[in-house]
Amino acid sequence: MTFEQNLERLEQIASSLDRDDLSLEQALTLFEEGIAKLKTASAELAKAEGRVAKLVEKAEGVFEVADDRS
Amino acid sequence: MSLPGGSPEEALTIAQLTNAAKEILEGAFPPIWIKGEVSNFTAHRNGHWYFSLRDATAQLSCVVWSRDTKRIPAPPDEGMQVMAHGQISVYAARGQMQFMIRAMEAEGEGLWRKAFEKTKAALEKDGLLDPARKRALPRFPKRVAVVTSPDGAALHDIISVIQRRNAGVDIIVVPAAVQGETAPDSLVAAIERVSRWNGADVVIIGRGGGSREDLWAFNDERVARAIAACSIPTISAVGHEVDFTIADFVADVRAATPSAAAEAAVPVLAELIAGVRALGEGIQAATEMRVRDAGHTLRQLSRDLAVRSLRTVEHRRSRVQELAARLETLSPLATLARGYAVALNEKGGALPSAALIKPGMRFALEMRDGRVHATADEVIVRETKKRRGAA
Repeated sequence: MTFEQNLERLEQIASSLDRDDLSLEQALTLFEEGIAKLKTASAELAKAEGRVAKLVEKAEGVFEVADDRS
Repeated sequence: MSLPGGSPEEALTIAQLTNAAKEILEGAFPPIWIKGEVSNFTAHRNGHWYFSLRDATAQLSCVVWSRDTKRIPAPPDEGMQVMAHGQISVYAARGQMQFMIRAMEAEGEGLWRKAFEKTKAALEKDGLLDPARKRALPRFPKRVAVVTSPDGAALHDIISVIQRRNAGVDIIVVPAAVQGETAPDSLVAAIERVSRWNGADVVIIGRGGGSREDLWAFNDERVARAIAACSIPTISAVGHEVDFTIADFVADVRAATPSAAAEAAVPVLAELIAGVRALGEGIQAATEMRVRDAGHTLRQLSRDLAVRSLRTVEHRRSRVQELAARLETLSPLATLARGYAVALNEKGGALPSAALIKPGMRFALEMRDGRVHATADEVIVRETKKRRGAA
């Protein structure tokens, strides 16, 4: 699951929990899922350094991302 | 000794004369701007353009060689007032003075406008300008591709803005020429590369500001089609101008400057983190409230239950008492207690009527404090009026 999908699911969970037609059991299941997604999303945000690189096409359809030292 | 052409014997050939005239003309005039009205325009199969420029009293044959037509945004319209830059010369085969045009402009940017509208109409016809085609940008891009000049200020701006907003994002530079005759092909190749690679989440295509000519590659139809066909969402970022380029119409998002494009592409990390945290807090709070509500409901229910069962017991008890009281009143013992007697036959059955007793019959009288055995002496049965209950 991508970060965006995680985030979307989290938003769904939050709005479901705000509704009243949920049983306690359903709410707790959602809560558990939400906490798991939250962890994944936060870990993703804490990701290390990004880099600046150059896209190089070696042969038709073969790509390489080469570090840009310029 | 006479000059060439000074006598019939020294007559020049036509080629000699026209060549001499050509050299003299070309030597006398450096490349210059001229102005006039276009007439008899023909775009020849071989790619060259032929037409005349004229005014009220004179006209001049003009040619644009096919390689030079690429520098001119669009062919001029018949009757259009234009300024042309070129070299005056002689076309020997026709013995004609001819102006060779390298660049051309129309009044009020007419040619640029014309080319722009023509390209726009072609894209419109294919539905490429439909706002419904526009894709949403990813909310959390990890890799941003940038199609631009590797040496331009635009790239520098984009990199610094992205790194300031979220240092965790990868920036993949896809170099392209952004001005000059090679720019359209170079841009198309770079955009197609990004599209085939399909490894970035979003691509910024752009350059810093410049003159109309400098930016022209971003009005090229092929560039526009490459942007429209790109496999990932696109952001156009051309110049610092208010003017739109064709690329702006086709891209999923139009940014006014390269820096603005970087801002559109990459959300601020701190805001993302805050957003995720807020979501987490929301979920936590909602769940806690739900658990609290459930506890509350449970307590309320058990209280209700206790009250209700107490009430039930109470209700039954009062009913039992009521019944007991009624029984009490109906019981013959109560009657006896008040001093009455009940006649019983020998089997102990009640004898409520005198008609049931025959003279000489033995019977008993049940009284409050004992029983009397007796024999009937005489029985007088009264005509029954109305039997009255004991109570």
